[in-house]
Amino acid sequence: MTSDRLRLLLPMMSLAVLLGAVFYLQPRAMSYFGLNLLFNLAIPVALATIAQMMIIMVNDIDLSVGTFVSFCACVTATFVHDTPLLGYAILATAILAYAALGALIQLRGLPAIVVTLGMSFVWGGLAVLILPSPGGASPEWLKTLMGLKTPLIPIAVIAPLVIALVVHLLIKRSWVGVILQGVGGNERAMERAGWSVVRLRAAAYGLAGLFGVLAGMCLVGLTTAADANIALRYTLLSIAGVILGGGEFVGGRISPFGAVIGALTLTLAASFLSFLRLSPDWQIGAQGAILILVLAVRLLFLRKEAAA
Amino acid sequence: MDDTEIGPGADPAPVVTLEQVHMSFGPVHALQAASLMISPGVCIGLVGHNGAGKSTLANVINGRLAQTQGQVQYRGEDPVQRNSQNAHNAGVRSVFQELSLCPNLTVLENLRIPYRTMPRRSWRRVARQKMQDALDLVFPGHSIRPRATVGDLTIAERQMVEIAIAFADRDREPSLVILDEPTSSLDAAIAQQLLDHIKRFCSAGGAVLFISHMMGEIFEVSTRIVVMKDGKIVEDQAAQAFTRSSIVDAMGHVAPEADTADNGLSRREFGPEIVRAANGLNARAGEIVGLAGLAGHGQAEALARLFFDHAPKWKPAREPEVVFVAGDRARDGVMPLWSILRNLSLTTLPEFSPRVMVDRGREANLVQSWKEKIGIRTENLLNPILSLSGGNQQKVLFARALASTAPVVVMDDPMRGVDVGTKKDVYQMIRDEAAHGRCFLWYSTETDEILECDRVFVFRAGQIAAELTGDEITEESILHASFEMQEAAE
Amino acid sequence: MTDKTVLTQARPNPARTVLQKPWLWAYLAATLTFAATSMIAGSDAGSLFYAALTFASFSAIVGIGQMLVITLGPGNIDLSIPATMTLAATLALKFMDTQTALILPGLLVAIGVGIGCGLVNFILILLLRIPPIIATLSASFLYQSLAIWSNRGLRIKPPESLAEFATGGALGIPNVALAGIILATGAWVLLERSIAGRWISAIGQNLRAARLSGVPVNAVRFGIYVNSAVCAALTGFLLASFSGGANLNMGTEYMLMSIAVVVIGGSSIGGGNSNVPGIWGAALFMFLIVSMLNSYGLGAGIRLILTGLVIVGVVTLASRKGYDA
Repeated sequence: MTSDRLRLLLPMMSLAVLLGAVFYLQPRAMSYFGLNLLFNLAIPVALATIAQMMIIMVNDIDLSVGTFVSFCACVTATFVHDTPLLGYAILATAILAYAALGALIQLRGLPAIVVTLGMSFVWGGLAVLILPSPGGASPEWLKTLMGLKTPLIPIAVIAPLVIALVVHLLIKRSWVGVILQGVGGNERAMERAGWSVVRLRAAAYGLAGLFGVLAGMCLVGLTTAADANIALRYTLLSIAGVILGGGEFVGGRISPFGAVIGALTLTLAASFLSFLRLSPDWQIGAQGAILILVLAVRLLFLRKEAAA
Repeated sequence: MDDTEIGPGADPAPVVTLEQVHMSFGPVHALQAASLMISPGVCIGLVGHNGAGKSTLANVINGRLAQTQGQVQYRGEDPVQRNSQNAHNAGVRSVFQELSLCPNLTVLENLRIPYRTMPRRSWRRVARQKMQDALDLVFPGHSIRPRATVGDLTIAERQMVEIAIAFADRDREPSLVILDEPTSSLDAAIAQQLLDHIKRFCSAGGAVLFISHMMGEIFEVSTRIVVMKDGKIVEDQAAQAFTRSSIVDAMGHVAPEADTADNGLSRREFGPEIVRAANGLNARAGEIVGLAGLAGHGQAEALARLFFDHAPKWKPAREPEVVFVAGDRARDGVMPLWSILRNLSLTTLPEFSPRVMVDRGREANLVQSWKEKIGIRTENLLNPILSLSGGNQQKVLFARALASTAPVVVMDDPMRGVDVGTKKDVYQMIRDEAAHGRCFLWYSTETDEILECDRVFVFRAGQIAAELTGDEITEESILHASFEMQEAAE
Repeated sequence: MTDKTVLTQARPNPARTVLQKPWLWAYLAATLTFAATSMIAGSDAGSLFYAALTFASFSAIVGIGQMLVITLGPGNIDLSIPATMTLAATLALKFMDTQTALILPGLLVAIGVGIGCGLVNFILILLLRIPPIIATLSASFLYQSLAIWSNRGLRIKPPESLAEFATGGALGIPNVALAGIILATGAWVLLERSIAGRWISAIGQNLRAARLSGVPVNAVRFGIYVNSAVCAALTGFLLASFSGGANLNMGTEYMLMSIAVVVIGGSSIGGGNSNVPGIWGAALFMFLIVSMLNSYGLGAGIRLILTGLVIVGVVTLASRKGYDA
């Protein structure tokens, strides 16, 4: 327990530091409206990060999260809006496809990186087919949901925390989550105990697909339209969010709260950079630099932990 | 465990019966005509040298391996399903040396993994209670919290958790618990708790298969002792019928050969000291230095550290200081995609090639000469390395290191899976090389190999516990130094 | 332990004995698509071949760099290739400023950028102990920003004679293809004949065993990552010269392309076993399949989908159960 808490400390500290810096630069951000603006896209980023976390939980990496979320956004903005039944059927099929990929990767011992990289082109191609040019419209209920005026604290802050809580209960507390984490922890032990790792990996990928779909839908609810490249950045953001949140690439060590806080930090970092009046040329680079910085700090942190 | 009152004799049906079981991996017969009956209430002590087939026997009993011939019958079950399912249904559980816990989960969550049919409602409370009960039962006074993450525990605590899970109350009562070297990382007091629990468990009608190198433990808990040698069960009698020396005799003793080797070696002169490590390990030119002690007490780590301290990470060395012979071939030695030739020449490439290109003529000559020198049995050196038997693969790894001019050779238990004939050849080769001034650091789990050495460091718990030279190097003194703590506790 | 070793040894590898030359399949596929395309389009087969050679050489050069990285074993992939290409091309073209006299120094600038990027990548991998995928990915964002900053959205033109060289050819073979073939030959010699090649393969099969056999592991990995970045920089330089200027998206498609040609070319994605001739076969195939789909009149969406499916399909077919374990 203590080491888990220690792992959460770093992301919480980085979020606090960033938030302090933003408030210092722009005191007016310290309001309901300001917070809502700062964390504008936090909900889809948090969901995408959770999707990536499911994959990292079973020792894989998903390089197709960005295009998958884009694809789901395109489906939501077109089919779900126009012919809801067909739209939901497509999204459900996409989740099943994700689960099937997980099973395939386990059955044939495939490198997940290459498979998901290949799939990123498939999702990207499908997105282009559905929406060759930016457009579409958000289903009304999604727009309403995303624009909900919650009391005191804006929904952009509340919703990610609720998501984290739900995933925490699912992954960290329920027995299903424990078994899924076991795959990342010691795959051979799982096999020996009689669990089907194929099914478990499929389940983890299926969950990733589910959260990817949710991310795409929420994104459309916020932006009210979609295009095929809408969420390409999410691949990096999601990986960074999981790692920032104290997750490890191997060993099934992940934390839903950490991942969501990591996602919030990254969303905030983008806002922070624009507050700094940093030229847009440097924004991408600054994100890369922040990621490298965090990994470096984490290395020092973990070293200290190992020494202690 | 009180509700399992069966009592010896009340249920005469054996938990598991093996009849003429054979197990072979390709050309290797790991188990031959093994017949064994394990009844409730007995504790069988299983002894034998490394590679005698103990682990294979255990794996056949717990159903992880399917026997190639013969019958395995479990209590009360029709053999319709796979053995692993039958074994599970019959209540066979096992604890092996490789940890099978998930380090990222908590102790109580780790109970959930083998306990597949745990009630789903408030399972955490159930698991916590059962884990706490099991730990309290086996290791009273322990300080392990069921909610601790396994990765944060010490090795000994993890071993304790694993043992407790095996004895824990799950959907089925444990009828037979297989323990493979369970005390290897436990201290004396904890080990004693385990032995006491085994006795309680057996008198309550449970059966235990206890695999150990520690004679004291074997005699303390066993009601029956089974001795294995070369894949066969050579003795199977009540424990009272044995003495320490009769067991050692049955396992196969290697004393006579060691005597002659000792006499020949101890008279030699050695060169200057060329190895000295922080932990006190040292060696002189021309010397064969043994690293002894129980498996996993820091010998392999000491050797690896020594090697990495002297091996290049950045600059290739034309004259390497130290070369390494791996014992765990798959992990540390063999390049599985390569031919025998390429595997053999890897270390010496910069030594025989003048420039950046591989001198293939010299490579072929070198490999051919070593094939004859060390006797690699193959028609074609371009065959994949994995086409060779384990012993021949090991010879290739020996040749890879010995072909170098490095003055120090580090060997990490290099004789695993090597047959007796090859062993003798290699011993001779090592002696010859040492006579030419090479220094060998040799970690071995087998006493007959340690007896080949000029000087021996006995390791215990990562430290050097004793340094023996010349006539002091005997099986008894090595055992004494390795077991000091355990023996003292008895 | 003994049991395990014996088991792996008892399992033969039929795939290797049947497919003695895994790169044959890439050429076979390329030939078939070539035939299909030239028949349907009815276009001149010679010019199609010329175009295929030209475009394939860009994929082949980045592919060689990526192949050596992938040979280092699971987890080793260079994702900074697109950004390195763009950065090198932008800086080199800016430096040359359309002056013919500065072509050679310009090439050196591109190569220097490649060395710098490779250096940064490896420093991150070694010092921060970040998995190579993440290290190269996050570093690539720095390179991308640098490129955006120096490019300022302008299309910088190459010197006239350099553009002529890049688009021209000799003896019916495009100049860029010649460069690609020379590099491929060099890579083949390196892998098959040199000591370093043995070391690369050894590291890819078993890093720990390679270290224990005295292989200078860090030096080899360093060289490979720098080499990959230099290959990318060179491709960026040639591609920008060929297409009349550097732009910010010029590298994008080479992320997947570099991995695709390695996988389709018959190299093992698990490391240790690479296949230089296959790179060219796969590069030709990847270009031809796109032009075939184009000549069928299929849109960008379908092309992307099929490319992705080809990759997943090839990886699945080439896999052997349990190698990842």
